[in-house]
Amino acid sequence: MNRRDFLQVAAAAATVLGVGPGGLARAATAQGISQGDLLRFPAKGNVTLLHVTDIHGQLRPVHFREPSINLGVGEAAGLPPHITGKDFLKAFDIKAGSPEAFALTMEDYVALARQYGRVGGLDRLATLVKAIRAERGDKVLLLDGGDSLQGSWGALQTKGGDMARALKALGVEGSTGHWEFTYGKDRVPGLIEELGCPFLACNVKDTEWEENVFDGTHMYERGGVKIAVVGQAFPYTPVANPRWLMPNWSFGIREETIREQVEAARAAGAQLVVLLSHNGFDVDRKVASRVEGIDVILTGHTHDALPVAVQVGRTLLIASGSHGKFLSRLDLDVRDGQVKDFSYRIIPVFADAIAPDPEMAKLVEDLRAPYAAEYAKVVGETDGLLFRRGNFNGTWDDLICEALLAERDAEIALSPGFRWGTTLLPGEKITMEDVWNQTAITYPAAYRMEMSGQMLKDILEDVADNLFNPDPYYQQGGDMVRVGGMGYTIDIAKPIGSRIGGMTHLKSGKPIDPARNYVVTGWASVNEATSGPPIWDIVSAHIGKRKVVTVKDNQSVRIVGA
Amino acid sequence: MTTNLHLDRRVARRTVLRGAATAAAAAGTVGLFGASAFATPEKANEMMTKLLGGKTAKEGRVTLTMPQIAENGNTVPLTVSVDSPMTDKDYVKAVHILADGNPEPAVASFGFTPASGKAEVSTRMRMAKTQNILAVAEMSDGSAWMTKTEVKVTIGGCGG
Repeated sequence: MNRRDFLQVAAAAATVLGVGPGGLARAATAQGISQGDLLRFPAKGNVTLLHVTDIHGQLRPVHFREPSINLGVGEAAGLPPHITGKDFLKAFDIKAGSPEAFALTMEDYVALARQYGRVGGLDRLATLVKAIRAERGDKVLLLDGGDSLQGSWGALQTKGGDMARALKALGVEGSTGHWEFTYGKDRVPGLIEELGCPFLACNVKDTEWEENVFDGTHMYERGGVKIAVVGQAFPYTPVANPRWLMPNWSFGIREETIREQVEAARAAGAQLVVLLSHNGFDVDRKVASRVEGIDVILTGHTHDALPVAVQVGRTLLIASGSHGKFLSRLDLDVRDGQVKDFSYRIIPVFADAIAPDPEMAKLVEDLRAPYAAEYAKVVGETDGLLFRRGNFNGTWDDLICEALLAERDAEIALSPGFRWGTTLLPGEKITMEDVWNQTAITYPAAYRMEMSGQMLKDILEDVADNLFNPDPYYQQGGDMVRVGGMGYTIDIAKPIGSRIGGMTHLKSGKPIDPARNYVVTGWASVNEATSGPPIWDIVSAHIGKRKVVTVKDNQSVRIVGA
Repeated sequence: MTTNLHLDRRVARRTVLRGAATAAAAAGTVGLFGASAFATPEKANEMMTKLLGGKTAKEGRVTLTMPQIAENGNTVPLTVSVDSPMTDKDYVKAVHILADGNPEPAVASFGFTPASGKAEVSTRMRMAKTQNILAVAEMSDGSAWMTKTEVKVTIGGCGG
């Protein structure tokens, strides 16, 4: 899709989706948005796909700020989802300050967050899902794109079990994975059982014989249509996360395997083929351009939220955001094995506008009860906005790096470029739950070690190529590793080995010496037997000492070539 | 669908077994590692010319399937298949695998006859760092064909 095609799609979408006059835009405040407004939809055809993805353990409504920097490279440069802020509003004809502007961008985020309130929550999602099921009956298929079972303390303590129960109660009928695998190979089968629906991952093979570990495809029948859902787990799980947690499983994009699954599904009579994917948006855009026969890709992993279905050839790409903030509804008119027509809406889950489903609300409280006292413990307060998303830094990660430098007495701190983690507004208390919402992983050790300046450069180059390699198949879909105590310049258009320059030790103002060793601290190392205290202890101890946290605007990364 | 998957599995297992056996034999003659200096694209090309007896290979007819990013550089799976009818008159004689960033450019060589039925082999190789892997096919008519792919070996430790 070139830019002109995209603009045409965007213009068409504005009328279809009610983003323009007559849609949500007329509601001035959260109080003005009704459940009915959120559910309003031009129903179409014989199939309704509902998609949630990357809920990251958030059972209750949260704040989640979208990124201000989300750069695309190569053919994806300047294309959605690589537009943010005002450009995003302009591209999709969304009015500044409107509910859609608040949900989909970070423009005027703090003021709008105070106005519109929190988003998501399994009890709100349940209300929407039940209403759509009541409207559409046997036409509905609800799918989860993975990374929903991780990201909170409760999820970590139950190894995904709390979220599995909640998703089962929501009525999820198919899923795939990424962080789910970090609970370890011995946990995953039990977790799938608790989820109680097909867990699909055609691209996971055992390392010995390359045999399938999970089912690749499941056939459903909805509204009289045979639907094949092919599952694609995050291809770089053993590279971006510790391989020792899943030593016998091999992943990868495996385009050939996807092709085989799609062909087999068609041969078995599928009239609609859906790829339930945790590839990340740019990888899926490339898959769509190279693998024939996929009608819909429900994308995940990169946490992008788009108000339109992006068309690549005959394939529709859906990007449903993260943290329970959105429910995607895609109605399809499937006849003669083809999608004849569709309508799509990414429904923002405005918690204040939706009546919580009583059964799910009860389940959420039950699931949270064992940790309620720990969750509520206040460790400090924030002066400014604490958020994570952005290609190079976020204030939460700045705070984590600051905590690491102080508590582990190091010169340089590294923090992983995770895209999950909730947002706190200025003036809010910071609780242990908030700290865990940024840090709850199965390999949390905060290490302290010596690294040469050259090694630091190699790490930055390596991670930058995972993000900015012009071929999406080489991208891992995280953000850049966050750095504390050191500044650098990055030219995203250059090849690996020459993107990073100007590395400076901030405290001394001196250039980083490739030959000198620096004391480096960090967390989330993929290496087995990494030692150190859990990162949440470091962060909470530091915030406890600071009491009120003020994170200054981070100017230490200079970006060129964008 | 389930039936199809099981069929696929059997084929895959047989292919891997065949490939693994051939690779073990080939490793004895070619040698996997040894020299301390790393190969370069030039050295890999020189080795290819030597293996082909001075001929040059054209791009095409060879498919090399490898991960874009290696999960474990010590054992990276690869599959080479060559577009050939594999008849007495027209078949693949040999497939060579070369690496342009390992200590030695030659990785493995596999011999085929028309009785092989299919010119496809799967094996695993060790990779010292990010580099190009080349797969070269020598045909019975004297022509040679090749393809190459870049496989990244990442440092790891900060991704996600």
